[in-house]
Amino acid sequence: MLKLNKRDTMLFVIVTAMVFLAPFLLNPFPQGSSMAQMFNAGYPDLMQRFVIFGILVIGFNILFGLTGYLSFGHAAFLGIGSYSAVWMFKLLSMNIIPALILSMIVAGIFSLVIGYVSLRRSGIYFSILTLAFAQMSYNLAYSVLGNPSSNYNLTNGETGLQLALNDPRVLDGAAAANGALPVTKLFGLAMRDSYNLNVGGWLFTFNVGYYVAGILMLISFYISIRIFRSPFGMMLRAVKSNQQRMNYTGLNTKPYTLAAFVISGMYAGLAGGLLSSMDPLAGAERMHWTASGEIVIMAILGGVGTLIGPIVGAGFNEYFKNILSKINDGVLHQWLSFLPDGLENFIVGILHYFVGKGWHLTLGLLFMMVIIFLPGGLVEGGQRLAKMFKRKKTDDGSDSNNTPAE
Amino acid sequence: MDQILLQILNGLDKGSAYALIALGLTLIFGTLGVVNFAHGALFMIGAFCAVTLQRILNISTVTTDPTKTDFLGNPATIKTPVVETWFGPEMGASIIDWSVPLAILFAIPIMAAVGFIMERGLIKHFYKRPHADQILVTFGLAIVLQEVIKAFYGANPIPTPAPEAFRGSFDFGTYLGYEANAIIYPYWRMVYFAFSAVIIAAVFAFLQFTTFGMVVRAGMADRETVGLLGINIDKRFTIMFAIAACVAGLAGVMYAPINSPNYHMGMDFLVLSFVVVVVGGMGSLPGAVLAGFMLGILEAFASMNQVKAIFPGIDQIIIYLVAIIIILTRPRGLMGRRGVMEE
Repeated sequence: MLKLNKRDTMLFVIVTAMVFLAPFLLNPFPQGSSMAQMFNAGYPDLMQRFVIFGILVIGFNILFGLTGYLSFGHAAFLGIGSYSAVWMFKLLSMNIIPALILSMIVAGIFSLVIGYVSLRRSGIYFSILTLAFAQMSYNLAYSVLGNPSSNYNLTNGETGLQLALNDPRVLDGAAAANGALPVTKLFGLAMRDSYNLNVGGWLFTFNVGYYVAGILMLISFYISIRIFRSPFGMMLRAVKSNQQRMNYTGLNTKPYTLAAFVISGMYAGLAGGLLSSMDPLAGAERMHWTASGEIVIMAILGGVGTLIGPIVGAGFNEYFKNILSKINDGVLHQWLSFLPDGLENFIVGILHYFVGKGWHLTLGLLFMMVIIFLPGGLVEGGQRLAKMFKRKKTDDGSDSNNTPAE
Repeated sequence: MDQILLQILNGLDKGSAYALIALGLTLIFGTLGVVNFAHGALFMIGAFCAVTLQRILNISTVTTDPTKTDFLGNPATIKTPVVETWFGPEMGASIIDWSVPLAILFAIPIMAAVGFIMERGLIKHFYKRPHADQILVTFGLAIVLQEVIKAFYGANPIPTPAPEAFRGSFDFGTYLGYEANAIIYPYWRMVYFAFSAVIIAAVFAFLQFTTFGMVVRAGMADRETVGLLGINIDKRFTIMFAIAACVAGLAGVMYAPINSPNYHMGMDFLVLSFVVVVVGGMGSLPGAVLAGFMLGILEAFASMNQVKAIFPGIDQIIIYLVAIIIILTRPRGLMGRRGVMEE
């Protein structure tokens, strides 16, 4: 089906099913229960973040996973995509299609230029070059290009670029007659519209924005599978394993790596455009280099060079960020109330630093653990577990699907 | 002319910080071959050593004075720092006043310990892993350290004043024949520059004139051969890591009065110091120092209004532009050795 082999088809079908059934899967606890408040993730904002960051990391994985070039500046493309999309909403129409197309094109152009320059070096120099470009974009967006009194106010600096009532919006015309800001939409469907389904105690929310982003993620995922399995993908893997040898055979690897860089830049642009489509506000902090670091963290957590890894990593990161930041001391006391008081207070006192506002610390530690003990990420962890359970079978050759490309 | 002089002076203090951090980074890269993204965090920890000492010195005993009342009518409370009761009021007050310079003594053992633990506990296991893994694990460590500091000291910058004696500004211009206040320069920045010059000189002297330094330099050139000669090079490299951590930490301690320490100052400095290392040449100590001062001064010039009028925003990107040009045209940097990290 779809020109995929059997295993990939399976994987794609599973991912598709998970994307479509996510409102059910992520809401395992009935509405109003204490578990629901903590662990239910089936609300639109979070689900949108799952799939949008999924797209971003899938794109990053095409570059880092296949070619081994570690870019520390990918957040720049995300930010550029966000800004382009908001500008499209301001100038042309609230329909997200032109916005997404523009954000991909602009991010593509930027990544073409940045990639052309950065890819002249490899290894750590490449990382630092991309880092330098990203920091340049961030600094410019924050200072000159964001100064409301200057002539080049493209980004609106610290406040962030947002919609205004007096924007031209050429195609929409006088839609804003009632004095409210218009909402982003796909033709007639507003992104923020949701259909709520009550079944027993459960509340399932089907959000338009989520499904639009989800379908785009599936398309991105499909393209990424095809790239992984294509001769082009083979070439990129060859670059990763030994670029010098490729050059000795008389092959110019530059166009291949540049193509991978531009593709992953466009993925990031699309993700940025989608972020703006869900909430038309773009700020420069999306481009800061620590945001690029977070993309790398997501990719590593999931498993670099695997197909499913990026989605796992993005989902895991966003989900735990969400849960950990919700747990506070009160919740901890409630959970640990079975312990003797002194011990309870002691444990809560320690855990206090790891949850709530301290979720960064937990994710940082987790990230370090993964790099130290599981270089293949959670996907490798899953494979190791699976292997442990079916050690008797000896046909290990068939797991070509998920082996990290090295 | 006075403008030019002023910008050079302005560039010196930032350049000193860049040079010190880049020196530590280069020491680590040159000896261990590890790209340490947690080096900015070490700088930050140093700055927080100054904060901590300031807080320790300000631990006070609280007494109430029944003869006076505050504006609510309650008896006034008098806080007497413990040091003042120990050393007498005058001596105690001046100890508190000099807390930042005293923090140098306080920071050295702490930074050495942090560096030692970091190298033995984590980085040792990453020698054989690719550079990308080293970058990532130290990046993770930087996040963790930063969050730990944030958990204990909060997210706001903590003002850490310099001693009273250095708080004013020095009227540099009058000595050179300019009118008063044409070129003024804060005393503390002069102290910072002198301090960094001393540290840099000390590191170079240590490497150049001691046997230990000679062995380390030999190890930087060819680790394997030094190992074959029966010298425990790993142990020496660990000590070098601790020294590099100390250098970064001291740079942070002395920087605290210039820029109130906050938990993300390390991340802000890290990228720039990496750029400095690359411009100077990976693994070249003089290169790191030269590039640090050069970029600091360039940045100061770029932030002149006359320059900004021609190229808006140039002050924000000048360092990165220089780095990009250097990496593309001369990948081994200004003073890098031929063949080291040249690809």
